[in-house]
Amino acid sequence: MAIPSALVTLLLGMGLVLAGLWVGQNVQLLPLDASSNAPVYDSLFQVLFSIGTILFLGIVGLVVFSLVRFRRRPGDLADGAAIEGNLPLEIVWTAIPAIVVLFVGIYSYDIYERMGGMVALNDHSAMHHPAAVQQASNGSAGMADASPGGSGEPRVWAGIGSSDSSEGSLPVEVTAMQFAFIFHYPDGDITSGELHVPVNRPVELRMKANDVIHAFWVPQFRLKQDVIPGQPTVLSFTATRAGSYPIVCAELCGPYHGGMRSTVVVHEEEAFNQWFETNAPAKPKPATLASAGLTPTA
Amino acid sequence: MTVASPADFEPQGLQPQGWLKYFSFSLDHKVIGLQYLVTGFIFYFIGGALAGVIRMELTSPISDFVSRETYNEVLTLHGTVMIFLWIVPVVNGAFGNYLIPFYVGARDMAFPRLNAVAFWLIPPAGILLIASYFIAGGAAQSGWTAYPPLSLTTPAIGQVIWILSVLLLGGSSIFGGINFIATILKLRRPGLKLMQLPMYCWAMLGTSILVVLSTPVLAGTLILLSFDIIAHTGFFNPALGGNVVVYQHLFWFYSHPAVYIMVLPAFGLVSEILPVHARKPLFGYTTMVYSIMAIVVLGLIVWAHHMFTSGTPPWMRLFFTIATSFIAVPTGIKFFNWLATLWGGKLALNSAMLFSCGFIINFVFGGITGVALAQVPFDIHVHDTYFVVGHFHYIVYGGTVFVIFASVYHWYPKFTGRLLNEDLGRLHFVLTFIGFNLCFTPQHWLGLNGMPRRVAEYDPSFTTLNQISSVGALLMAISTLPFLINVIWSAFAGQIAGDNPWNALTPEWLTASPPPVENWKGEAPLVTHPYDYGVPEGKIDLRVASGSDLWFGGKR
Repeated sequence: MAIPSALVTLLLGMGLVLAGLWVGQNVQLLPLDASSNAPVYDSLFQVLFSIGTILFLGIVGLVVFSLVRFRRRPGDLADGAAIEGNLPLEIVWTAIPAIVVLFVGIYSYDIYERMGGMVALNDHSAMHHPAAVQQASNGSAGMADASPGGSGEPRVWAGIGSSDSSEGSLPVEVTAMQFAFIFHYPDGDITSGELHVPVNRPVELRMKANDVIHAFWVPQFRLKQDVIPGQPTVLSFTATRAGSYPIVCAELCGPYHGGMRSTVVVHEEEAFNQWFETNAPAKPKPATLASAGLTPTA
Repeated sequence: MTVASPADFEPQGLQPQGWLKYFSFSLDHKVIGLQYLVTGFIFYFIGGALAGVIRMELTSPISDFVSRETYNEVLTLHGTVMIFLWIVPVVNGAFGNYLIPFYVGARDMAFPRLNAVAFWLIPPAGILLIASYFIAGGAAQSGWTAYPPLSLTTPAIGQVIWILSVLLLGGSSIFGGINFIATILKLRRPGLKLMQLPMYCWAMLGTSILVVLSTPVLAGTLILLSFDIIAHTGFFNPALGGNVVVYQHLFWFYSHPAVYIMVLPAFGLVSEILPVHARKPLFGYTTMVYSIMAIVVLGLIVWAHHMFTSGTPPWMRLFFTIATSFIAVPTGIKFFNWLATLWGGKLALNSAMLFSCGFIINFVFGGITGVALAQVPFDIHVHDTYFVVGHFHYIVYGGTVFVIFASVYHWYPKFTGRLLNEDLGRLHFVLTFIGFNLCFTPQHWLGLNGMPRRVAEYDPSFTTLNQISSVGALLMAISTLPFLINVIWSAFAGQIAGDNPWNALTPEWLTASPPPVENWKGEAPLVTHPYDYGVPEGKIDLRVASGSDLWFGGKR
């Protein structure tokens, strides 16, 4: 006796879902996770990957099955069945994607909030970064352009992860230019071509671009932020795994764009302090502190 | 508005006849359609050669094949040529001009002269663009997006010529869009209702609405950009108080709808091809129409998903995530409808059908990565990486270009009166399908793992996958050879097709092949059921019918 087609369909569907879930859980496509928001990102990726696999395998299966099962046999000149539509069926396949998409949207919104992306921008009452604002207004020429005039307080554009920052965060000024990133540590007055950060301590990058748009990307941190001339931008993250990871410029910035790479070195706490001691000038210049009170000059 | 009457065409004194008419300012929509098609293919081969330079450079992790400046010129030209000189003119101009007058039962487009002008803007624009490579300073180097301030700092002449060329092409596109809207809405044969039109008309109506609404925004933006370059104004120059993010908003307000300008006509063409070769009616005609219109509306309000890393405010990120994701719903409806069209049919496994099914598979893959990219947190990581490059090639190549090939196999007998060779056609499909997937699937992994786009040099750990991708590109290049041989050889020696080799019902097949100047001898046929294929329920042969045939068969 033939197996009823409803049963076959049900079993195929279940198999498909299980296969999708298995693929999502077990196929690792992403690089190492080395920041506090990377595992959150990876769980979203897993969900998207599972749903995508189920849909893709299902549709490819249907196409291939149709091509084989319904192929025209030699000598058969008849037409297929004259089916012009099926309202219940169409409602089902409108509703299912709508629900899936809504679920994915809400879930990714939740992920985004956990990554700290929903911090209000340009809303001065909700500004979490007074230091950053001051830093921005202190910055070199060009920074003051960001001020829309009037208020005198420049807009600071926060990227994702900006709610990570707290009192104990390590501030680093990042200058992007053709074709390098320069890192400056205001606390120790250190300037470096590589970013050195301690593990498990929030880092606040105060970024500006000198010439064209660049983008700061660390694949292992799952973080990317455009650095746009005229827009001081804050990006915060907490590294969770010691090691060296690439920093990549991800926005076409000129002929040497592909070579605009650097490294972020994540140290254990003591090793970082040691690096900081070794590289810091004997004494922080008092002038740096005093200048913090000045108004923007350029 | 007047419908051209035969008298307008009879005194042929000024119009060349024979093959020369394809080089003339012809007003015949079929000639213009083929002019678009052949010109498009010429630029496709130029753009393909440029892609070859890119893939050649990327076989090694260091910049060693061309200079870095040349590499940026090549990637800019590749993007611009493929979008503005290949896909947009071919899926809109070529097939639109050839088919729309047939579908509405007209003897020509609403504005034949505007139509010819729209075509004749393309060759000078293309020649201008390619020629800019050979002048001092070279072609534009800032990508097809031309983001300032980079586009303000790269050599000015190349950038200005690029702007000029895109403005001409945008003008051509707007002229075409106006013409299609007027033709579809106003030149329909008496008695033909909107909801009886073949689906490609609806696709072209939706596309033309997008063209007319969004292309002028791009034109205005590029004019401001050219002021910044030539006259040193400061619209987009932060050093003069300008704002570069404004440029991005304006640019993507056109350039996201541009994606739908490239894929909606392809959706329409597939909707014409599948029912004919599956011998079944198009499933869900009404929902298809509403899906197209939903895509048009949603397509206009999703542009900022290209800017999630540009410091856009959170509410904007949320809004554009949801809006973008929801495009998956109408698009999904269309794909399920095509699958249902195939289900239970009598599928002829010819080149047109194979390329259409290849399109479904590739586009579903690109659509899935597209929904993923719409999610802000996901996008933050992969934005501006090879993941995005892989994604959009699955949409525009795996999607639209596959449909262009399917359409050539399907309508070539109408264009020439001769069939293409099916063995060469299937070889073409197999090589293209394998080459395409080999080329672009690995790029998703490269992007997830740290390779940004538009780079001439990269981390050496990515070498192997880049070489695999380049092999795929080589295979794609080789796959065009059987196609070219087929198209040229069949034009002279192909099997004679007859007027209607596919036994199709849409109006373009109800005339001679190739059709006469005014499309029909005598009155245009009134086709109210363009997809009236299939055996009604009572006639299903119970010996060969499957359970599902009977299940769905009663819904007629």
